[in-house]
Amino acid sequence: MNALPPQPPRAPSSRLKRRNPLVALKPPLVPPFARSRAAQGLTAAAALGVFALQRCEKCGAAQYPPRDACVQCLSPRLRWRPAEGTGELLSETLIRHGQELYFRERAPWRVGLVRLDCGPSAIVALHGDCAPAPSRLRLRLALDKSGQALMIALPEKDTPDMAEDPLVRETTCAPRARKVLVTDAKTKVGRAMVEALVAAGADLVWAGYAAPWKPSPHLEALGALEGVSLVPLDVTDESSVRELAGSIGGKVDILVNTAEYHRPGSIASRGGVATARTEMEVNYFGLLRLSQSFMAALKARAADGPASATAWVNILSVHALSNDPAHGTFSASKAAAFSLAQALRADLQASGIRVINVFPGSIDDEWNARVAPPKLSPAALAKAVVEALERGLEDVYPGEVAKDVMARFLENPKALERELAG
Amino acid sequence: MSWRAFSRTPRRSSENSPGERMSSPVLAHLITDIVAGRIRVVDLTHTLAPEFPPIVLPPEFGESAPVRIEEVSRYDARGPAWYWNNLSFGEHTGTHFDAPIHWVTGRDLPNNATDTIPLDRFVASASVIDCSREAGEDADYLLSVEKLRAFEERHGRISPRSWVLMRTDWSKRSNDAVAFQNFDETGQHTPGPDVDAVRFLVEERDVLGFGTETIGTDAGQAAHLRPPYPCHSIMHGAGRFGLQCLANLDLLPATGAVLIAAPLKIRQGSGSPLRVLALVPA
Amino acid sequence: MRALARPYEDVVVAAPVTVPYTRHSIHSAHWFLAQALAKLIQAAGIRKSDIDGLAVSSFTIAPDTAVGFTQHVGLSPRFLEHVPMGGASAIVQLRRAARAVEAGDAHIVACIAGDANHVDSFRLNTASFSRFARDAVYPYGSGGPNGSFALLTAHYMRAYGASREDFGKLCVAQRQNARANPLALFRSELTLEDYLNARLIADPIRLFDCVMPCAGADGFLVMRRATAKKLDLPHVRLLGAIERHNAYPGDAIQFRGGWALDQDALYDQTGLAPKDIDFLQAYDDYPVITLMQIEDLGFCGKGEGPEFVRRHSFTVDGSFPLNTSGGQLSMGQAGAAGGHLGLVEAIRQLTGMPLGAQVEKARLGLVSGFGMINYDRGLCSGAAILAAQGRGKRRKKG
Ligand SMILES: [Zn+2]
Repeated sequence: MNALPPQPPRAPSSRLKRRNPLVALKPPLVPPFARSRAAQGLTAAAALGVFALQRCEKCGAAQYPPRDACVQCLSPRLRWRPAEGTGELLSETLIRHGQELYFRERAPWRVGLVRLDCGPSAIVALHGDCAPAPSRLRLRLALDKSGQALMIALPEKDTPDMAEDPLVRETTCAPRARKVLVTDAKTKVGRAMVEALVAAGADLVWAGYAAPWKPSPHLEALGALEGVSLVPLDVTDESSVRELAGSIGGKVDILVNTAEYHRPGSIASRGGVATARTEMEVNYFGLLRLSQSFMAALKARAADGPASATAWVNILSVHALSNDPAHGTFSASKAAAFSLAQALRADLQASGIRVINVFPGSIDDEWNARVAPPKLSPAALAKAVVEALERGLEDVYPGEVAKDVMARFLENPKALERELAG
Repeated sequence: MSWRAFSRTPRRSSENSPGERMSSPVLAHLITDIVAGRIRVVDLTHTLAPEFPPIVLPPEFGESAPVRIEEVSRYDARGPAWYWNNLSFGEHTGTHFDAPIHWVTGRDLPNNATDTIPLDRFVASASVIDCSREAGEDADYLLSVEKLRAFEERHGRISPRSWVLMRTDWSKRSNDAVAFQNFDETGQHTPGPDVDAVRFLVEERDVLGFGTETIGTDAGQAAHLRPPYPCHSIMHGAGRFGLQCLANLDLLPATGAVLIAAPLKIRQGSGSPLRVLALVPA
Repeated sequence: MRALARPYEDVVVAAPVTVPYTRHSIHSAHWFLAQALAKLIQAAGIRKSDIDGLAVSSFTIAPDTAVGFTQHVGLSPRFLEHVPMGGASAIVQLRRAARAVEAGDAHIVACIAGDANHVDSFRLNTASFSRFARDAVYPYGSGGPNGSFALLTAHYMRAYGASREDFGKLCVAQRQNARANPLALFRSELTLEDYLNARLIADPIRLFDCVMPCAGADGFLVMRRATAKKLDLPHVRLLGAIERHNAYPGDAIQFRGGWALDQDALYDQTGLAPKDIDFLQAYDDYPVITLMQIEDLGFCGKGEGPEFVRRHSFTVDGSFPLNTSGGQLSMGQAGAAGGHLGLVEAIRQLTGMPLGAQVEKARLGLVSGFGMINYDRGLCSGAAILAAQGRGKRRKKG
């Protein structure tokens, strides 16, 4: 159905060279995935964008590579703690011949040996702007294309265009020059999301809208923005999802699933399952339908040049971790979506497509009108998503409430359950 | 005795012996005329599909489930030799029938639900009031008693136990969901009957029900009438029916068409999508 | 005061054998090891059952170890060692076997090392080499020794002023040594220009800095001198040996190996000094590590390696004969046999049966091993001093 005035055809982006359609697409390759269980602690830190190392709780020694016993005192009490991410480059090499296909395709690449200020030495991937040894460096934990942690070294001070370095492009999912689908642009979050993506330099943002007959004062304004194209999409309708995937699926680089159905209410206040079913239809089955229709094309284009397909963002809820009974069925639907997002992540991992799960607390919209502040503004949520894409994060807890709930959850999930019940 | 004596036992179609019915020359002529094209069968139904605009309520109310058709198998691994779908929808989706139990005013009437309404109500003649010009000029057009009397002056008195259909040509908008729904910030703007017209049809003409091309037998702004939603509250309160989202009313004569409109036999159903057929003299 | 290791009493090493190296082979590690064992039996003129001690090293024998190998080849040793220490395995096998024959735990110990090299086995071995490598090296695309040694080489050059020409001089000399060795995989002439202009592999390392992984095996026998005499076997005496693992863990980057920690012990045990040594068989998978061994075994001070190289010549007839068969850089690296290569060459030189050219009047040889880049550095080091028959030990007083 043609609900909105047709969009004028857009001039092709001049920022990136178009792909030669007669050259076969490269299959997506990913770097080695295998890690010890201890080393997954690095991945957990990288997923949050934190630089953390194991520290011995007994003697304080920082450990690297990750261990199961302290290198100094043999204590098994090693805890992941944020660490000073600075160090000195002692040596570097430019590797020109890899054994793994992934590295062969990216040859040559810079590798360095760094003495961390907190103690251990580390082999790191070097940003192109790092000065030759000896030099001071900033260290980050980033997720590589296989979704595993990589220690990367950045120059001590920012350099112009440092985000354009292949190492940064490879470990992040920046929307700049990419094409993004926002599945529901009619919500406040969806609108903020589209605006933030445009501001972040997206080549094109497809703004999805369902129920075109429901007036949305901002939707036409969005559609008039340079770089935005409105597309009909109802995630509860398999044929609608399939139809859109058929028309733009092969071009989407980033999918941001903002489609959400939320009606506050406890189990008792619901009366029947109709509302809860709609929550599931949008929040859970919607994600499933999107996955089934968009996954294959994203995977196929994961190595499609500098603006390849790169990420899938799910706006979940921090109450996917632990139910907020005042929004009991909503929380449950988000828990279901979170679980499905993990399956989606596992599926997309082998292609190097990152699944970013965002766990906000209460968003400042009409459905949280009775929730006391602090609430997360849609603009702040959108900003957090763009930042997560640009930094290559995987798990995002935007705002104070989300961070507070996450910290409580990690410390004692049972206590959090009781606190939320009270 | 009025036809609306709902308290009596509904007559079952098996009451007459088969032999008696077979011998009815009327039915035989009916079939002969249909086959010969002297009677056309007109489809007054929109295709039931996910994208057909559904009823929209303020978001704080419960919502009708949309129409969803999901494939179970299509000659594939899920079922190698067969194709079928799972179907889900609210009772008030697509071209649909409203039973008296749908509205609070009709909730205690006897035989008020899709499974208990007497069967003979599902076949009835229809008067078609052409309001297409008025509705084209004013989306909020309300059908008045004056308009009905003008119709009767031209086409004769509206018979009891017949459908009154309000032709607005609204169904021609069905490819454009936004125009079909026609919302703005004050709500929906679609034509319908005014309060007096509904009262007139029920109390003075004893009609079977009221049918429209829009989503709802009431006008889009009918919440502001006194009483609100007269076609729902008064019609259903009097045990009458509604037909909504009808199509092809422009193919019907002002009088003389016979409608076959039987909802699904849903237990205590408040309504259902249905196929509405009109028999029309060619 | 350092505890002095007991001197070796009449332990000798004999029967150096090599199963010729090939770049790739469809044969398994078991095949190569069994051939090495067969050659040992043949060379010594003994029966299989005379071997009552066995030491095995191999990267590619998995899922077996030395244990499974005994059943594979029908051997019933009363002394068995599985030595997974890469290029230090030869020295470690020798040390274990020496003490076993001294103590009477074994009569004749066969020390063998060998590896298969299928087309993709190098990549697969690297991918699962060690936990730290899997967690913190392989994901960086620097799996395998090229990247690691590039980092160590770049650092060494910066820290001690070594030049590409210094490394080149060693490589060119070793290739010269290999020209007379029929078993070397690389026997064509290598000029300094060739070396300097070779294809870059991982800066600053170029093609001729790198060993070629290949398939093959080496072996030798350890026994008491009396046994060797009875068998009428040419043999050499073990005068002293050291090993060390994970030396200097506090060094931010490896610029020295365990030899630096143990060189005094080696010379104290043997009553010898570096100047007494007639040739060095150094572990040479990359020239930088050869320079470290020259320093850490006391031939010059730390950081003086480049200067030492400029002062000396390293061919068989040079002022400092080094890797006289051509070393791994010319012969290839048959996996865990990489350290055996130097040891069997030392035996051959000291018994006057070199594969290639003979070091004149070679009486005392030093063999050094190095292995296992577990993460950012090689962890295992070892060295041994061997003496030609008839060369008495010179004991230092005190
Ligand atoms: Zn400790």
